[in-house]
Amino acid sequence: MDKRAAFRSWWLPSLFALPQIILILLFFYWPAVAVLRWAFTLEPPFGGAAEFVGFANFQEVFADPLYWNSVGVSLAFALCGTLATIFIGLVLALAVDRQLPGSAPFRFLYILPYAIAGPAAGMAFRFILSPERGLMASVNATFPDFWNPAKYGSHALLLVIVVFAWKWAGYTFIFLLAGLQSVPRSLIEAAAMDGCGPIRRAVDIQIPLLAPTLFFLLVIMMTEGFVGADTYGIVARTTDGGPNHGTDVMVYRIVEEAFRGLNYSGASAQSLVLIGLIMTFTFIQFRFIERQVHYK
Amino acid sequence: MRVSVTTSVFIGLMASVAFGASAAAAEKTKFEFWYGLSGDLGERVQDACKKFNDSQSEFEIVCTSQNGYDTTLQNTIAAYRAKKQPAITQIYDAGTLDMMLSGAFVPAKKLMADNGYIIDWNNYFGGIANYYATAKGELNSFPFNSSTAMFYYNVDAFQKAGIDFKPDTWEQVEEAARKLKAAGYGCPLAFNFDTWPLMEQFSAIHNQPLATKANGYNGLDAELVVNKTKFVDHVKFFKKMADEKLFVVKTKQLGMDIVPAFTSQTCQMIQTSIADHGTIGKTLPEGVKWEVAMLPVWKGTERQNSLVGGASLWVLAGRPEAEYKGAAAFLNYLATPEMAEWWSTVTGYIPVTKTGFDAMKANGFYYKAPYKGRELAIQSLSFTPTSENTRGIRLGGFTQIRKEFATALEAIFMQNADVQAELDETVERGNAVLRRFEKTYAGQTLN
Repeated sequence: MDKRAAFRSWWLPSLFALPQIILILLFFYWPAVAVLRWAFTLEPPFGGAAEFVGFANFQEVFADPLYWNSVGVSLAFALCGTLATIFIGLVLALAVDRQLPGSAPFRFLYILPYAIAGPAAGMAFRFILSPERGLMASVNATFPDFWNPAKYGSHALLLVIVVFAWKWAGYTFIFLLAGLQSVPRSLIEAAAMDGCGPIRRAVDIQIPLLAPTLFFLLVIMMTEGFVGADTYGIVARTTDGGPNHGTDVMVYRIVEEAFRGLNYSGASAQSLVLIGLIMTFTFIQFRFIERQVHYK
Repeated sequence: MRVSVTTSVFIGLMASVAFGASAAAAEKTKFEFWYGLSGDLGERVQDACKKFNDSQSEFEIVCTSQNGYDTTLQNTIAAYRAKKQPAITQIYDAGTLDMMLSGAFVPAKKLMADNGYIIDWNNYFGGIANYYATAKGELNSFPFNSSTAMFYYNVDAFQKAGIDFKPDTWEQVEEAARKLKAAGYGCPLAFNFDTWPLMEQFSAIHNQPLATKANGYNGLDAELVVNKTKFVDHVKFFKKMADEKLFVVKTKQLGMDIVPAFTSQTCQMIQTSIADHGTIGKTLPEGVKWEVAMLPVWKGTERQNSLVGGASLWVLAGRPEAEYKGAAAFLNYLATPEMAEWWSTVTGYIPVTKTGFDAMKANGFYYKAPYKGRELAIQSLSFTPTSENTRGIRLGGFTQIRKEFATALEAIFMQNADVQAELDETVERGNAVLRRFEKTYAGQTLN
């Protein structure tokens, strides 16, 4: 008794898929091929003879110690940013899901930061957390350099992670709240009757049942942290990659190299490496983590 | 319902036909101009465009801000590759070499000659024109908004601290800083990691090279040498002053850049562009006395001319012939003494031609209160005839090299890196950029 609706002809579904296919070809595959071509040639920015140089662009990238520094910075940023974002989103979602009196407006409020563009958030936080003029200025007056992202790379990295988490926590919040609402109420009520407090219920029932959602968010947020447009926007508006390459994440480096340095070839090579890195990460995540998160 | 839809479509068609007819009646040659200035200065460019459109009926210029010098260059490149380039684009000093080697432009001289304009090319100030000219001294682009770095100081603070001299030398700046500090001023001199005044202008006025091959003018194989010149001592001096808290770092990352630090009277001395002259005058509270001066030199130095900063206008290749007529008319219009004076008055930029400057001097512009001092920028730019070290900087990937040095300064001043070691390393990285640029343009030579 299979009641699935199916298309009888092949052309109708293709027609429906066509707009999406065209968009993907135009905005994903075509640029990807262009990048591929660029990465193996050396071409003046205004066009002209593109000389084939083999792997020279890659060799140059890998030989640069600052490139490896930026890989490390990116890893730290994406990992910490992802974990912070998911953790905050989870705590907020658990709190809102309890449906305490007055919690309805928060459902809306927590999503708001997600509507703000990364560069704008970065600009705002640059002022809010600036060491001499912002919130920490009074602390710095008593304890010099307690908070100084213009001086310490670690502080600067923390600053961009804070902005990232602030913006993206709303996004993870939506998914986790939706996930929580599909957890059977009867389970939670039964646990409550057995005398479990809210934290116990969260740890033993809700979070395990959220595992697929958490996995999905892990993949999405890691990718966002590595290549998201927001990551570039936040870094460019707050620290400019500094101090002394302290927040030089890979996307920032690529954009700088391509558009400030007009070195399209080197930037393309770096882009390919970044794409490869994300593919590897996603593969690892699916291969080793996804297996653990399915439940029947 | 159906009738009304048809009717409205019909009316719409009629309207568009009528509109098309009226547009055709006053057919003007439209052409585009992209520029990088934004904010207040961007508005002034729009004013200039409007003035041009009102002044004649043959052409219509459409001016679009790209919100920044570097984005203008990027967008110009992207548009050129897509064959949708504007007729005129404003490219900043550091992008000059990229444009020159691109082959994507119509040389200024050819454009004006082809369209029947006679331009006295010697009318441009040497210090300005030479920056943009070829080795043979021919201009490919039109100098437009030009500036140079100047030294600003708060006269009220100087008087309160009992300083009775002008800071002409760095020795005097140090003495002034000590006196200001003693009088209770927390930030005598503010600086940031902008290499333009600290490295480029300093090197020019002290006759120090930035790179071999006359700072790159004589060949793409130039190499940076700035780690072996007086610049190193200068950075060491700044470092010592910074350690004694006489010179203070002010960046936007710390919360306030140098110009707001000066205008809020937090800091009493800064080096910045003459283009900030207007802003500083407007922003400082009424009654506060301040002065602008040429950049200080070390005692015993024979001062040389400083370098021009800003941007020039390039006419791009591959547009219809009619647009070039319009572009030539626009560029000719901008060069009239009246427009030169208007432009300098409403911005802070200096006039680029001698006749423009003379006209402004003759009507007493530089004696009027808010503009007083701006003539010093011209004096600084034309202090001596340009030489190998003061002509300009023609290095490939210079935007990136600037950023490398800014990062080095960050490491030195924020993280106590060793001056010499850091500069050596940066020169090495900068040279790698130059070599890659040379390879990208293999076979091309500077003309």
